[in-house]
Amino acid sequence: MIRIRKLIAESCGQSILVCASFLCLIAFCLPSCAEVKPYQKNRLNDSEMELSARKCQKFEQSFQSYREGASGANGDKSGGGCGCN
Amino acid sequence: MKKISLAVIGMYVSVLSAFSQNPAAKDTSYKNRRLKIDEINFVSGYYRQNGNNSAVTGGIGSEKLTDFANTLELKLIKYDHKYHKHTFTGELGADTYTSASSDKIDPVTISSGSKDDTRIYPSLSWNVLNEQKNRTFGAALSYSTEFDYKSVGAALNFAKTSKDKNSEIAIKLQAYLDTWRVIYASELRPPHYGTGAIGGGPVHYTPRNSFSASFTFSQVVNTQLQVLFVLEPTYQHGLLATKYQRVFFNDDSERSETLPDDRFKLPVGLRANCFFGDNFILKSYYRFYIDNWGLKAQTIELETPIKITPFFSVSPFYRFYSQNAVDYFAPYSEHKVSEIYFTSDYDLSKFTSHFLGAGIRIAPPKGVFNIKQWNSLELRYGHYIRSTGLHSNILSLHVKFK
Repeated sequence: MIRIRKLIAESCGQSILVCASFLCLIAFCLPSCAEVKPYQKNRLNDSEMELSARKCQKFEQSFQSYREGASGANGDKSGGGCGCN
Repeated sequence: MKKISLAVIGMYVSVLSAFSQNPAAKDTSYKNRRLKIDEINFVSGYYRQNGNNSAVTGGIGSEKLTDFANTLELKLIKYDHKYHKHTFTGELGADTYTSASSDKIDPVTISSGSKDDTRIYPSLSWNVLNEQKNRTFGAALSYSTEFDYKSVGAALNFAKTSKDKNSEIAIKLQAYLDTWRVIYASELRPPHYGTGAIGGGPVHYTPRNSFSASFTFSQVVNTQLQVLFVLEPTYQHGLLATKYQRVFFNDDSERSETLPDDRFKLPVGLRANCFFGDNFILKSYYRFYIDNWGLKAQTIELETPIKITPFFSVSPFYRFYSQNAVDYFAPYSEHKVSEIYFTSDYDLSKFTSHFLGAGIRIAPPKGVFNIKQWNSLELRYGHYIRSTGLHSNILSLHVKFK
């Protein structure tokens, strides 16, 4: 447990800053969010507007996680499950 | 008088009932409760790469690799007696690949057991949606097997959507319990250690475990814009080095790649999709990544689906990626013998990469080629260039039946 805490501490400094910036951005955006009624969501419900990655991107994300050091936060695996990363 | 007071009481009761709290408006619409096939997805991909920094040969040599991957997914739905929606998903995937660098693990035998391989990965998942309370709960199990690697995975997920369905928070916990068959390059094998091939003598099996938690928040901003924020801390423990990857030192000695047994990763992502006018969508994604091996990376993705007709779209895309090297990386013959951890794997070196291409998507209301159940057809091509010289092409196909 102590080791995990140490590992988190090692990599956390800068990432806390990034997370905080993202959260500030969200907090700043939230009040400006309009209340959107279900009948106004025809554009948001368009299949191209999905916030998850397309199924067709599955293998692209897979090779990127092999060929690059970073992974995760994109709907794909962030490590494990195969001999990558 | 009696009539008037009865009328007043009647009005009072009706006013009270109008203001009293309504029981959650139950969806009384009829739903077929039988298990039925919701959709079938077939995804196929062909990937081909080449480069000159193979990690198996210490950062030099061919990185030529081809991979042909296919997955078939079957999604079933069923409503229970409380009208909760259950979704059962079964997937079977198979990848076959050939790798020039893996062929150099054992040049003594001309061709090693890992020069071509097949990876099989079935998975099962179950999700239950309570439409009254806007809550989803789910669980998943997965398995993956290839020549030198086996993995068992499990996941739990929970999501809560707001009443107006404009925002959602989701949590996903995942664990992969993996086992490596430890294979060494032929000249680096300890005495009496096996080759790794079947019948090639005894070898060690070592665990590599990965645990991740994904926290997601999505929000509809207005009728044309929605955003998603993801934080996904991941902890890995076990054999994180690939022991058949050679490292050459500045005194001409040679050893197997050695890396720490722990890795803590922290990626943070932000996705924003915006609909401009009637035909143009801008999908954007940014990710910042950091880990305790000293690697920092940034990813920017832009995709612009253009709706030529409501049922046919073309989507050009571009992705930029940049990372610095991990603390333990050095090129061929540049490591010092005093180092504890060392790798010459260029996937962990400093580089930038560009990935660009386009996709087309057809989803006519009468079905593709007038086949009613054939819901959509999508084809994507991408070209990848890395500043280390590696380049690759990928072609993907997605066929959906509904």
